[in-house]
Amino acid sequence: MNFELDTEQDMLRATVRDLLSGAYDVESRNRVAESDLGWNRDVWKQLAELGVLGLPFAEEHGGMGAGPVEVMAVMTEIGRALAPEPVLDCVYLPGRLVAEVGTDAQRSDIIPRLSEGTALLAFAHDEPGSRWPHTEVATTAARDGDSWTLSGRKNPVLHGDCADTLIVSAKLPEGGIGLFVVDAGADGLTRTPYRTHDERRGAQVVLENVAATSLGEGADASTAIITAQVHAQAALCAETVGALDSSVQLTTSYLKQRKQFGVPLSMFQALTHRAADMYVLYELASSMSLYATMALADGIVDPTIASRAKLQVGRSARKIGQESVQMHGGIGVTAEHSIGHYLSRLTAIEHTLGTMDDHLRVLAGGVKDYELVEIAGM
Amino acid sequence: MNLKLTEEERAFRDELRTFFTTEIPADVRAKTASGTPLGKDDYVAVQRILHSRGLAVPNWPVEWGGQDWTPMQRNIWLSELQLASVPDPLPFNASMIGPVIAQFGSQEMKERFLPATANLDIWWCQGFSEPEAGSDLASLKTRAVRDGDDYIVNGQKTWTTLAQHADWIFCLVRTDPNAKKQAGISMLLFPMDTPGVTRRPIKLIDGGYEVNEVFFEDVRVPAENLVGEENTGWTQAKFLLGNERTGIARVGATKVKLARAKSFAAETRLGSGSLLDDPIFAARLAELENELLALELTQLRVVAGSADGKPNPASSLLKMRGSELQQAATELLVDIAGPDSLPAGEADIDSPDWARLTTPTYLNNRKVTIYGGSNEVQRSIIASSILGL
Ligand SMILES: Cc1cc2nc3c(=O)[nH]c(=O)nc-3n(C[C@H](O)[C@H](O)[C@H](O)COP(=O)(O)OP(=O)(O)OC[C@H]3O[C@@H](n4cnc5c(N)ncnc54)[C@H](O)[C@@H]3O)c2cc1C
Repeated sequence: MNFELDTEQDMLRATVRDLLSGAYDVESRNRVAESDLGWNRDVWKQLAELGVLGLPFAEEHGGMGAGPVEVMAVMTEIGRALAPEPVLDCVYLPGRLVAEVGTDAQRSDIIPRLSEGTALLAFAHDEPGSRWPHTEVATTAARDGDSWTLSGRKNPVLHGDCADTLIVSAKLPEGGIGLFVVDAGADGLTRTPYRTHDERRGAQVVLENVAATSLGEGADASTAIITAQVHAQAALCAETVGALDSSVQLTTSYLKQRKQFGVPLSMFQALTHRAADMYVLYELASSMSLYATMALADGIVDPTIASRAKLQVGRSARKIGQESVQMHGGIGVTAEHSIGHYLSRLTAIEHTLGTMDDHLRVLAGGVKDYELVEIAGM
Repeated sequence: MNLKLTEEERAFRDELRTFFTTEIPADVRAKTASGTPLGKDDYVAVQRILHSRGLAVPNWPVEWGGQDWTPMQRNIWLSELQLASVPDPLPFNASMIGPVIAQFGSQEMKERFLPATANLDIWWCQGFSEPEAGSDLASLKTRAVRDGDDYIVNGQKTWTTLAQHADWIFCLVRTDPNAKKQAGISMLLFPMDTPGVTRRPIKLIDGGYEVNEVFFEDVRVPAENLVGEENTGWTQAKFLLGNERTGIARVGATKVKLARAKSFAAETRLGSGSLLDDPIFAARLAELENELLALELTQLRVVAGSADGKPNPASSLLKMRGSELQQAATELLVDIAGPDSLPAGEADIDSPDWARLTTPTYLNNRKVTIYGGSNEVQRSIIASSILGL
């Protein structure tokens, strides 16, 4: 057993960290968040040049052929820097669907452009009024010979505002859920962009008989969707861990620096003990995030592991996020300081691909199926 | 021992309930219930309606518009106000500076300020905190130097809530730099449009604007605007902060939040039923309801036991627990909204309006365990003044 990154992975992490910490401080991040796009195309270009965007894709498609551990390393740095670039939403998550389900032609058309940063995808799967795990899809696909049309509503579509192509899930005529490639500017497609509370972007997409191409052969893609979500959940856990590391760091250095009653706050044991609890929660979250990633790296795609990780990571995130703000006092609730933005981002991640309660529900539903709780895949 | 309200108390409650739900504009109550920020006009209109019936400042002396109520009646008033989602009378006026002027001000000062304060003809803001003086309020540095019939004020305040609407500020200033920390502080009142006063807005994490920095540069304040004696400001501040804390438990408001949570959960589809049918959710809700009831009963014990109306050290408990449960309720709402809580602001999309307000409200509500004496400070008060530690 070995929980350490190897030299190459560590180098990747260090490079991404340098890039992002050079690109973002509180001010530049706020400025970028205010812009229409909400993220920075220069940073995007640099990520593409470093091979970060193509990381999980096959080398024949311009990718790096790397695995979940490398993805984790990148996502952790994105979380640490609170970088707004939609690497997961626009590249890793929809790209995985294309790589898994797409035809050869689709793969060699789309993946190279994703890797070089010239194409942006978004996965339009969630629908209004329904919750993760979204096993029921109301959007329908109708076939007419070789061509397809889609009708339905998708929301939230994370970063669906900037994507040029959407991967849309829809109910197939013969049952099952199919995946389709839809041009974001297609006739009959209306998209309403919006900002999310963490200053990211999203869109609602309404489809009325919109022309679509099936991704792959038009077969049921439910399993591929679950696989993609399990990978995405692991990536979100890694992003959270990065953000938690920053939150703990920011808070401990604030406790050392802020003076009240003539001494630094770090002289008050009431606070240092709580900082210690935050650290404990951070380590627990790291362990579960590693678990989710390492299982994937071993080829185990297990939604239960993803739920276990997302539950613990969520619990840690909520407590650390709240405690960080509290210990910053009034400064903590201002937009000028980054600690509150971390809390907002952490809250958004908690509500993406299943809330803590959703995952607890999955786990509670399974307790009678085993006797001893064990680390799966050990 | 007896849990029941008396006949009279019950009649009193019903009368208030009817008044609040019929006389206070429904749109303001709806905004309050949903957490939509109110405009200045909303506050003013509501406070004037309340004041016209003697319901805005019941805790003041009767001659200045207060009521000769028992603590239980006061509690019923506050609770009904919140259950009907009527915004509280502006706290800076009604529970902070009003009672201080009534207690420490000269007759002249009372006549000049109290009627206008009760009717919200003057909007007050609280100038206590400074960048270096937060929890350690007594280390404040803003200076006031006597110059003939005036004080000249220099310094900076921060976190001044709703100063953008304020006509006047009540301010703690240092009048004796040589005295021990607490001993050299005074309270001054002056208009926000006095030359030398500037405000700068501070944006909060929910994107909203409710607090400000306020700067004083050679601000000339007539000496008659000093509250009580020079260098007695700390006594007045402690009196004021005790009052501030008492109103902060907000049990009624949290009850309304939990009731809303229930109805939203019932509307949220989950599997073949609704979120409200889900045992995990229901257990969490039940637990919160129970904790809230425990707090309400504790508050009633404090109320029923304190005839003299003095701030009770248990008010620290009420502030601490009340603010925690307020936050827990906003957290529950965020979790009910789930992915629908991601979009913020106004957008023509298929996610319920209430859901999109939940996270900004949750983020904004992180403040309630920080202001009014942070919960850590309340714990220290409990440890020292109740437990003798
Ligand atoms: C939204 C908002 C509105 C406000 N409105 C007003 C207003 O209108 N007028 C006004 O005058 N002020 C106002 N305040 C200021 C408020 O009272 C202060 O923020 C509060 O007293 C905390 O001070 P601080 O922010 O400087 O935090 P700090 O005092 O720096 O505290 C940072 C953290 O350390 C903890 N801490 C500090 N000392 C100790 C200790 N000895 N032991 C254990 N823990 C400790 C605190 O509890 C906190 O968690 C407002 C604040 C906010 C956030």
